[in-house]
Amino acid sequence: MSTATVEDLTEVTAPDRFWNRQRRLGAALVLIGLLATVVFGALATGESARFTLSENAEGAALDIQGQLGAVLFGLVAVGAGVAMLIGVAPRWQTTLLSIGIVGFVVSFLCWQVAGKFLPLVDTVNGTLQLGLPLILGAMAGVLGERSGVVNVAIEAQLLMGAFGAALVGTMAGSVWLGLISAAMGGVLIAAMLAVFAIRFLVDQVVVGMVLNLFALGVTGFLYERLMQPQAQTYNQPPQMPQWRIPGLAEVPVLGPVLFDTNLLVWLALIVVVLIHVALSRTRWGLRTRAVGEHPTAADTVGIRVRGLRYLNVLLGGVVAGIGGAYFTLVATGSFNKNMTSGAGFIALAALIFGRWTPFGAFGAALFFGFAQKLATYLSAVGSPVPSQFLNMLPYVATIIAVAGLVGRVRAPAADGQPYTSG
Amino acid sequence: MSSDPSVEAPREDEAASPDDAAAAPTAGPGGSLASNFLHNLWSANTVVVTIWSIVLAMVIGAVLIVVSDSDVLAMFGYFTARPSDALTGSWDLISGAYADLFKGAVFDPATMSAWLHGTGSWRAAFAPISETLTYAAPLVFTGLSVALAFRGGLFNIGGQGQAVIGTITGAVAGFAFGLPVVLNLVVALICGALGGALWGFIPGILKARTGAHEVIVTIMLNNTAALFLTWLILQDGVQDPKRTDAISKTVAESAQLPSFGGALRVNLGIVLAVAVTAGVAWLLNRSSFGFELRAVGANPAAARTAGISVARTYTLLMVVAGGLAGLGGATQVLGTAYALTPAVAGNIGFDGLLVALLGRNRPWGTLLAAILFGALRAGGNRMQSFSGISLELVTVLQALIVIFIAAPALVKAIFQLRAARTARIGATMTKGW
Repeated sequence: MSTATVEDLTEVTAPDRFWNRQRRLGAALVLIGLLATVVFGALATGESARFTLSENAEGAALDIQGQLGAVLFGLVAVGAGVAMLIGVAPRWQTTLLSIGIVGFVVSFLCWQVAGKFLPLVDTVNGTLQLGLPLILGAMAGVLGERSGVVNVAIEAQLLMGAFGAALVGTMAGSVWLGLISAAMGGVLIAAMLAVFAIRFLVDQVVVGMVLNLFALGVTGFLYERLMQPQAQTYNQPPQMPQWRIPGLAEVPVLGPVLFDTNLLVWLALIVVVLIHVALSRTRWGLRTRAVGEHPTAADTVGIRVRGLRYLNVLLGGVVAGIGGAYFTLVATGSFNKNMTSGAGFIALAALIFGRWTPFGAFGAALFFGFAQKLATYLSAVGSPVPSQFLNMLPYVATIIAVAGLVGRVRAPAADGQPYTSG
Repeated sequence: MSSDPSVEAPREDEAASPDDAAAAPTAGPGGSLASNFLHNLWSANTVVVTIWSIVLAMVIGAVLIVVSDSDVLAMFGYFTARPSDALTGSWDLISGAYADLFKGAVFDPATMSAWLHGTGSWRAAFAPISETLTYAAPLVFTGLSVALAFRGGLFNIGGQGQAVIGTITGAVAGFAFGLPVVLNLVVALICGALGGALWGFIPGILKARTGAHEVIVTIMLNNTAALFLTWLILQDGVQDPKRTDAISKTVAESAQLPSFGGALRVNLGIVLAVAVTAGVAWLLNRSSFGFELRAVGANPAAARTAGISVARTYTLLMVVAGGLAGLGGATQVLGTAYALTPAVAGNIGFDGLLVALLGRNRPWGTLLAAILFGALRAGGNRMQSFSGISLELVTVLQALIVIFIAAPALVKAIFQLRAARTARIGATMTKGW
């Protein structure tokens, strides 16, 4: 712990340094804004880009001439960057940063969509759906890591959740029992993580990585032994029903996305708000943060450090397991070997990119979900931008974030340190 | 595995009770060899814990085999009426599977005796060993990569990404340059190492300059490398012009690692692996860089005070570790795969992580662990085709072995082992993000 504080001290920036965080962010925004204006503007055709409000090319749409849009929104990003360079009150910083990034993304879209159309409902819906496992996985990470247990086994929890949902869902013929056993699958991995990390003091990253391989092996083994030969009995889970709330579902764009959807979407949104409120407003939250930042101090005032860590890691298992259910109960109708294919690592990226906060991680997960959705859209319309590079975006963005090139992210002080009393 | 002095179990005085053994320091030599052996057999030293971990993992694997077999499960349905059915059924299933695992990894008594009696070929007799060594070779490199970084206090999870980049640069050099015979192979191997080194340089320099945690950066780079590979394979000049699916051109014959004995798959890769293990052992224990990296790994603050540049050590260490993993990737593509596919590197990077942990982060230990993993993999292939047990069981066994090794206290409790010093893995790593 003492070494951690020494390292932290070196990161403290002098308040009057010229290239402070805001100016660096501003400079970065100006750069990407100029890139958008010049490159996207030059490459975009003069045809109109249609952003339709429906699921297809018909109906009301937002139209803009492609080249004009690319230049215009690129300049918006430049403007936001310049404002940050000049210096604005800190409370405007996040708003300006968001405006800048949105400007860059829309400029990119204007270039790509010029002469075609982008169905907004489908895009927003896809973003949320693809973001679901990322959101829930990242929330599992928030729960564990804010109390000081590093969780790189999110991938394992998602995979086990997906497997449990498919297996029990099929055998019981009930989607709800499937959902419960998905949570149990996540808890199983979480329990192994907790016991080895908290009880046996094994390095948490080591346990996490080994558990990832363990889950990959166990689910793959049982898939090949049970599910593949007898798909009827073991691997045809019922699908989660779509629920439509009359009235609210008629709201344009957001209506169909939020109010004509499955339970998991609502669960994910509730979990995010719940964890945010609980972390900042409840006794449990205060204790969790205390245990994650300074377990010795927490122990001194009578908080059961290990007990709280067990609780949080297991709760995280429930959340991540439910996230895994998305793969088998919502996205596809059956389990497949290694079907999460790295979603757990993107969730980990979202957790870090979102600075270990529930809302931050939620925003990052949505952003990464959007990147994935955009990648499928672009490859579907035959864009020259390779989908693989868009899929790299979460990882590269996270590297930039942790390297402090744009702004520094800081983990809870005791994250990853086993606690032994006395 | 037993090369480190701290690993040897301390001997205790005759009078001391077993429970005091943990506190007893290493006494002078005493007692006969046999009594020492028996004594150490039930003490929780590194070798014993390793063996019991393997046993425990295989027991759990056996349970998985039985649970996933519907015929035997049906026998358990009338267990109270005729228990012998269920028990013999389970036993046949498990013993058959593990016998195939052994026959596929070490030797098959049938082909061996056929060769000795002159009715079979020596190739069939040595095929299992050949397979084991073939699978072990890339794991030695990726394992050494992780182990070396560990000793310097860095957790290189990026072995997978570095190996993937190594396969790319190695394969591209293998089919693009068209150099003469020996030179082509050497250049391809060097290119593989350089590619991996570049991929290792990124987390190294970021760690040194900005303090970005290498675990986060390497995890992200793993996935980036995998995506880059899937993109690159489909590009003109890389993709096999005769194919429409994702496969690259084949590596030139002169750049392939030559195999010995024609019919056997084992190739020069394993020889290279042993040589590199010796090199890494020398680097770690005899060179000044090795001393610096061990000093930094033990205590960065103290190393800095002693005048060692921690930033330079971190960067150089990650470059070397990346180069090793890249060499592993190159061995894979130049030794067995010969062409790039999206899954060409398999899981060798992550397996290397397990291998390094099993080898207690020591070069020769890593080599032995890699051979064990290669044996499991080779035996797993036979188990899959003969007993119908999925190869995935091998992944489970490997993960379980390492989990148990990582928690010696658990193994000690299960088998009631006498307390003794065990080489802890990752003891220096408990520092979080």
